[in-house]
Amino acid sequence: MDLEFGPEYEDFRQEVKDFLRQHGAKSPIGTALRSNETISWQKLLIENGYTARTIPQEYGGYGAQPDLIQSRIIAEEFAHARINPGLGGQGISMLVPTLLELGTQAQKAQFIRPTIQGEMVWCQGYSEPGAGSDLASLTTSAVLDGDNWVVNGQKIWTSTAQLADWIFCLVRTEPDAPKHRGISFLLFDMKTPGIEIRPLVDMTLAANFNETFFTDVRVPKHQIVGARGEGWQVANAILAHERDSLGNPNITLARLNALIDLMKTETVNGEPLIDNAIYRDRLMKIQGRVMAMRFNELRVLSSQLNKDQDPSIARMIVKLQGTELRHDLEGLGIDIMGEVGLCYEDNPHTRTGGSWQTQYMFFLGLIIGGGTSQIQKNIIAERGLDMPREPKVIKPSPMTAQKGGQ
Amino acid sequence: MKFGFSEEQVLLQDNVNRYLHDNVPLDRVRAFADGGTDTDIWQGLADMGIAALLIPEDQGGIGLDALDAAIVAESLGYHVTPAPFLGSAVMAPTALCLSDGDHSELLEALATGSKRVGIAFGEAIGRRNGASVTVTDSTLTGTSLFAFDADADFYMVADVNKHLFLLDANAKGLQRRHLTTVDKTRRTVELCYDGVPAACISEDPRVFEATLDIGRVILAADTLGAAQNMLDQAVAYAKQREQFGRPIASFQAVKHMCAEMAASLEPCRSMVWYAAHALANLPPEARLTACHTKAHLAEVGKFVAKTSTEVHGGMGFTDLLGLHYWFKRCGSNRQWLGAPELVREEAAALQGLTS
Ligand SMILES: Cc1cc2nc3c(=O)[nH]c(=O)nc-3n(C[C@H](O)[C@H](O)[C@H](O)COP(=O)(O)OP(=O)(O)OC[C@H]3O[C@@H](n4cnc5c(N)ncnc54)[C@H](O)[C@@H]3O)c2cc1C
Repeated sequence: MDLEFGPEYEDFRQEVKDFLRQHGAKSPIGTALRSNETISWQKLLIENGYTARTIPQEYGGYGAQPDLIQSRIIAEEFAHARINPGLGGQGISMLVPTLLELGTQAQKAQFIRPTIQGEMVWCQGYSEPGAGSDLASLTTSAVLDGDNWVVNGQKIWTSTAQLADWIFCLVRTEPDAPKHRGISFLLFDMKTPGIEIRPLVDMTLAANFNETFFTDVRVPKHQIVGARGEGWQVANAILAHERDSLGNPNITLARLNALIDLMKTETVNGEPLIDNAIYRDRLMKIQGRVMAMRFNELRVLSSQLNKDQDPSIARMIVKLQGTELRHDLEGLGIDIMGEVGLCYEDNPHTRTGGSWQTQYMFFLGLIIGGGTSQIQKNIIAERGLDMPREPKVIKPSPMTAQKGGQ
Repeated sequence: MKFGFSEEQVLLQDNVNRYLHDNVPLDRVRAFADGGTDTDIWQGLADMGIAALLIPEDQGGIGLDALDAAIVAESLGYHVTPAPFLGSAVMAPTALCLSDGDHSELLEALATGSKRVGIAFGEAIGRRNGASVTVTDSTLTGTSLFAFDADADFYMVADVNKHLFLLDANAKGLQRRHLTTVDKTRRTVELCYDGVPAACISEDPRVFEATLDIGRVILAADTLGAAQNMLDQAVAYAKQREQFGRPIASFQAVKHMCAEMAASLEPCRSMVWYAAHALANLPPEARLTACHTKAHLAEVGKFVAKTSTEVHGGMGFTDLLGLHYWFKRCGSNRQWLGAPELVREEAAALQGLTS
């Protein structure tokens, strides 16, 4: 057991701290896409290697060798200082790693630089009305016509489609192949004729996601990532990245500290909530869970560095446990405030910008999105504990169904 | 940076597991539960150096640290092993080494497994039944309500001021009364003192606290092992038991019970390792992580104990399968040395969050 990162890393940590002290005030609150503030902050972070750190310079990144400990130190220090760590979003967190791994030279050259700089915003077109958890049953089709794919169908829950320049999209190109082998991964411009976006208001009352309709959308043939029919593998390569990035324990720790501050300042009948034994016990319970997840993350990090233990279950549980934990943590922030916990938007009594309510709801969204908690449990049971899959239900043919009904 | 075991620690774990697997099957545990002895088990472990783990080399020990002890405790919990490890190999040596005075004779005897020290700390953690220990002129009067290890040669007793005393189990005026508890893998006694001569070994509350902290982490490690075994048994049983023409492991309700156990238990592994490491190496965090680890493992252990039993259906409820030995081990680890609410309150106090 050796939890020291070593003196060279402590120097590195000091550099990050110095940077935050010097420039932290410039960091924008929230991530309003394409605002000058956001883009220049992003630029500053890339120049200093605090985001897009390992992306090669030829694609606009900082070009450092991958170093898990440095990345972790950056994440820790930004979360600790509660300073905007730069743009995330599905383009940066999911598409860029995919292109780096599986994209053509031309695709890398065209897309990575503007994406990481925040000038090209992406949305993810996976889910459909009939294909959510069972994503591989998607039916949006793409048919080759000369040099173009012609795309028809509908996506749903497409986050930020209304703001996006481009979409990465799963489409069915081989209708006769088994369902996991008939899918391809396409990239296209959201201004292409034939795309219609209808906003969907979510429970936070923001219109963050959309229904996206495609009618004869023509996509140049080369805008495919990976081979035809291999889109499922391409998509899965990044789903792992997405799940790893959910429920970041450094941010959870920062929120826990904010919750402790809140409980010290909020009062009921003049008594600070932290003095209430019941709420305090709930807080301590959550603190214990946060600790367990932080140490779990250290173990995963160590196993990546030393390759000496199998952390597969420790990794598989992060999305499930991390999102449920955040939802509970934010929920406690609401509970301790009683009616004040309900305040929202412009209510003069709203605390901390209404973040307890928005985060409480947002994390319910994350419990559902990116593979629901139930799907995570299926994965843990089947891949982690080697339990058998459920037998497939064979849909009765119309004739047998009729007989059954009589 | 390395968050995990050294090669020696992996070896230690393998050796202990092999020994327990070969020598302490469930039938051996049942024999102890039915009134048999654990002397042979403890001697076997002592011959492997387990009794001497935390005792410094110059006192006849091996001089390892709490993480090594946690590794052993996890294995003992996994096999619901009856053994005086917690008192004789962990808490007593910790207190003796931290206290002033020369305890080399006793430490050497502990290291070989020839003597055992029981622990009676309850009155300094949370007094029940109005029990208390009073000290006048180096003699004890009063009661320690719950002490573990009924077969100890000495007892280490804490009074309400967190002062520690050592007394001979055969001392005049000491009465040892067996107390039946649900956990039959350990034997519990009530100690009644009527002017029992006792040596004060520490008046420094920090010695008591450090001893309590390591005791709590070791109980948490024991729960980690016991709960892991219950999860393993549940998964194995579910794969083999068939209903409705298929293994129950293919029913999603059953799979989700198992996944929930795994999801809550897996981070506990890292938590126990960290807390054990912190005791010697991260003093500012040691007490807080010990409290949280004790409380968190108590909660997860309780959940796993219940859920695993449910996965086994009626069989889980029988004595036939013996699953209840693990269920009760988790249950007793939860109550000893501070139940979760009490320990979380200590965690809050350590951070200045109590008024
Ligand atoms: C905030 C948010 C943002 C999103 N952003 C995007 C986006 O940008 N792009 C995109 O493509 N998609 C996005 N999604 C969609 C998301 O991936 C899906 O909602 C999710 O995969 C679940 O699919 P569904 O909504 O169709 O629910 P369903 O699959 O219909 O699930 C309904 C219920 O049934 C359960 N269920 C389904 N199958 C099983 C099973 N096999 N075993 C047990 N239980 C099961 C589920 O767990 C759930 O409780 C977003 C979702 C949310 C909430």
